[in-house]
Amino acid sequence: MLVNKIEVNNLTKIFGSHPQQGLKRLKNGEQKSGILEKTGMTVGVNQATFAVEPGEFFVIMGLSGSGKSTLIRLINRLIEPTDGEVRIDGKDITQMDTTSLIETRRKKLGMVFQKFGLLPHRTVLNNVAYGLEIQGVEKQERYQKAEKAIEDVGLKGYEASYPNQLSGGMQQRVGLARALANDTDILLMDEAFSALDPIIRKEMQDEILHLQNKLGKTVLFITHDLDEALKLGDRIAIMKDGRIVQVGTSEEILENPANEYVSNFVKDVDRSKVLEASHVMKKPEVLMTYKDGPRVAVRKMEEAGASSIFVVDKEKNFKGLLTIDDAIRAYKEKIDLEEVLITDIASAAPHTPLHDLIGIAVDAKYPITVIEAGRLLGIISRVSILSGLVLGKEKDEVTSL
Amino acid sequence: MNYFHFPLEDWTNSFVNNWLLPVMGGFFNSISEVLGAFIEAVTNLLIVVPPEVIALILIVLSWRIAGKGMALFTLIGCVYLGSVELWPAAMQTVAIVLVSTLLSVLIGVPVGILTATSSVVDKIVRPILDFMQTLPSFVYLIPAILLFGLGGVPAVISTFIFATPPAVRMTSLGIKQVPEDVVEASRAFGTTKWQLLFKVQLPLALSTIMAGVNQTIMLALSMAVIASMIGAPGLGSTVLSGISTVNVGLGLTGGLGIVVLAIILDRITQGLGKRF
Ligand SMILES: Nc1ncnc2c1ncn2[C@@H]1O[C@H](COP(=O)(O)OP(=O)(O)OP(=O)(O)O)[C@@H](O)[C@H]1O
Ligand SMILES: [Mg+2]
Repeated sequence: MLVNKIEVNNLTKIFGSHPQQGLKRLKNGEQKSGILEKTGMTVGVNQATFAVEPGEFFVIMGLSGSGKSTLIRLINRLIEPTDGEVRIDGKDITQMDTTSLIETRRKKLGMVFQKFGLLPHRTVLNNVAYGLEIQGVEKQERYQKAEKAIEDVGLKGYEASYPNQLSGGMQQRVGLARALANDTDILLMDEAFSALDPIIRKEMQDEILHLQNKLGKTVLFITHDLDEALKLGDRIAIMKDGRIVQVGTSEEILENPANEYVSNFVKDVDRSKVLEASHVMKKPEVLMTYKDGPRVAVRKMEEAGASSIFVVDKEKNFKGLLTIDDAIRAYKEKIDLEEVLITDIASAAPHTPLHDLIGIAVDAKYPITVIEAGRLLGIISRVSILSGLVLGKEKDEVTSL
Repeated sequence: MNYFHFPLEDWTNSFVNNWLLPVMGGFFNSISEVLGAFIEAVTNLLIVVPPEVIALILIVLSWRIAGKGMALFTLIGCVYLGSVELWPAAMQTVAIVLVSTLLSVLIGVPVGILTATSSVVDKIVRPILDFMQTLPSFVYLIPAILLFGLGGVPAVISTFIFATPPAVRMTSLGIKQVPEDVVEASRAFGTTKWQLLFKVQLPLALSTIMAGVNQTIMLALSMAVIASMIGAPGLGSTVLSGISTVNVGLGLTGGLGIVVLAIILDRITQGLGKRF
């Protein structure tokens, strides 16, 4: 069985003078606001439970004050929990003694901070090598690894600079490189990109996706930007008042918001950027192979009431489109089907965003094919793009028509 | 207001006479011997080295750390001390200042670190520091003589009491000023307490600590005259004999010497602090 990389069970943090008392109230079902009113204590995280799989990009989002930072700091125990457990590779970090806690932080948990948290008196190189230095790694080895990480984040040439000589975006990269240099399986990122301007931010998002793919890291990423969450997250957890109110993939959260809070959260999303070709494509209903010949082709089209048919080979590799007119012409004039096939058909990959398909669809005479490794997965008509956009955005209105 | 008689004076005296001196006397004697030998060694070193060499070192330091103007001032200051024949006295004062500052730093900085990291220690140390700074220094001159005799040792001890508080306070301040996010990030990477102290907190607090050391040195110099009353040699005793013989000229000559030393030491240590 696969052990979860991070497993959080009933994790609770209450700030204040008598957290245990507050915990009792929470367990009796009292709300964050009521507890604050009656006891003056703040509920940071309220009985959160979730698990992150190895290699997963897990995003936590929620409004300001919903407890995201508290939650991520409980995971590497920068904050002591009031209750609950946090398992890293199966081991409960909340029960560890100081030595194993420090060891776990060193070997398993890298972290990137919104406010960078770089050491101002150290150069970029020495900041990035810091994690290895405190582990007692030899100078040569740690500089070698640090330089590799600096290169990975695109900061080669700045090794000797001090943090205050760098722009915010560059400092953030140093923060990322510092976490990468330690080569931990897990990266904790607390609003790591929030301080960046849109262009650098997009660059950094692409970079972290690329690095995560390449290095197989498990990432726990906090943001309060939904677009960022949808772009990066394999799964997204939504927090409110310290509770986790929904966990799911982008589609699950967009299509089935668990409650009004979540649907309010997601209602302004630009669907065209979130939905992908594979979400709106249809299975091509009529297919034929060369072997079928023109007569079978015509009959299949007549049965389906279609004026064209997609042609594939035995392995379902896409060959082209056959119109009914061409099929009849081929039959009458005894031409090879291959020669009347229309092959310059617009195609897309399963992960192409709907946004990019709109332009293609406007010019295309025929449906767009969705092809992966040569195989025809589905087709997208102009209508399905439009309905994807509209249904996605205003499902209720359309269905009530 | 005398609702009851509070015999603090008698109690203190009997504590000193019946316990402190007979029981602890040996202990204080050995402190006295070690410290005395150390002061003597430093003084001898400063006097054996030719004045020109020491002046040159000071001038170069001033020049590198505080600029040309300061180097010129140091040159004039050293020539002045030599010309009024106060060079040996100045070196004796410098020796006492150096030794007491060293003591203040050795004890003050660790205590400052403790107060920054533990609120309990902070609560205990704070009133003690207030006490040390506000208690008139004459009050502890008396027991200092009783315990350590006359000369450089009680002077160093009294100076230590008077001049240590800024070293403690500024160390504590410097460590508390280290940004929380930097400390948090360091902890997240698995930094131990000692590593946090030596790789993060102390380096980042260094300029503030140096400002504290600078204040300590200045306070130590300002104790020179008072310390001379319990037999500390140096510029202070020059001023003191100026006072006791109503010799305005002698008093001014010695006083100016203290000012010269103060300015040189101040600018050099201040400049050093700004480098970090
Ligand atoms: N050290 C603390 N002492 C007391 N209350 C705290 C502390 N840290 C956080 N809180 C409270 O816990 C709650 C959650 O805070 P947290 O910083 O985790 O929110 P967040 O989701 O990260 O918000 P943001 O998006 O603004 O960063 C807030 O109500 C906050 O006031
Ligand atoms: Mg936060």
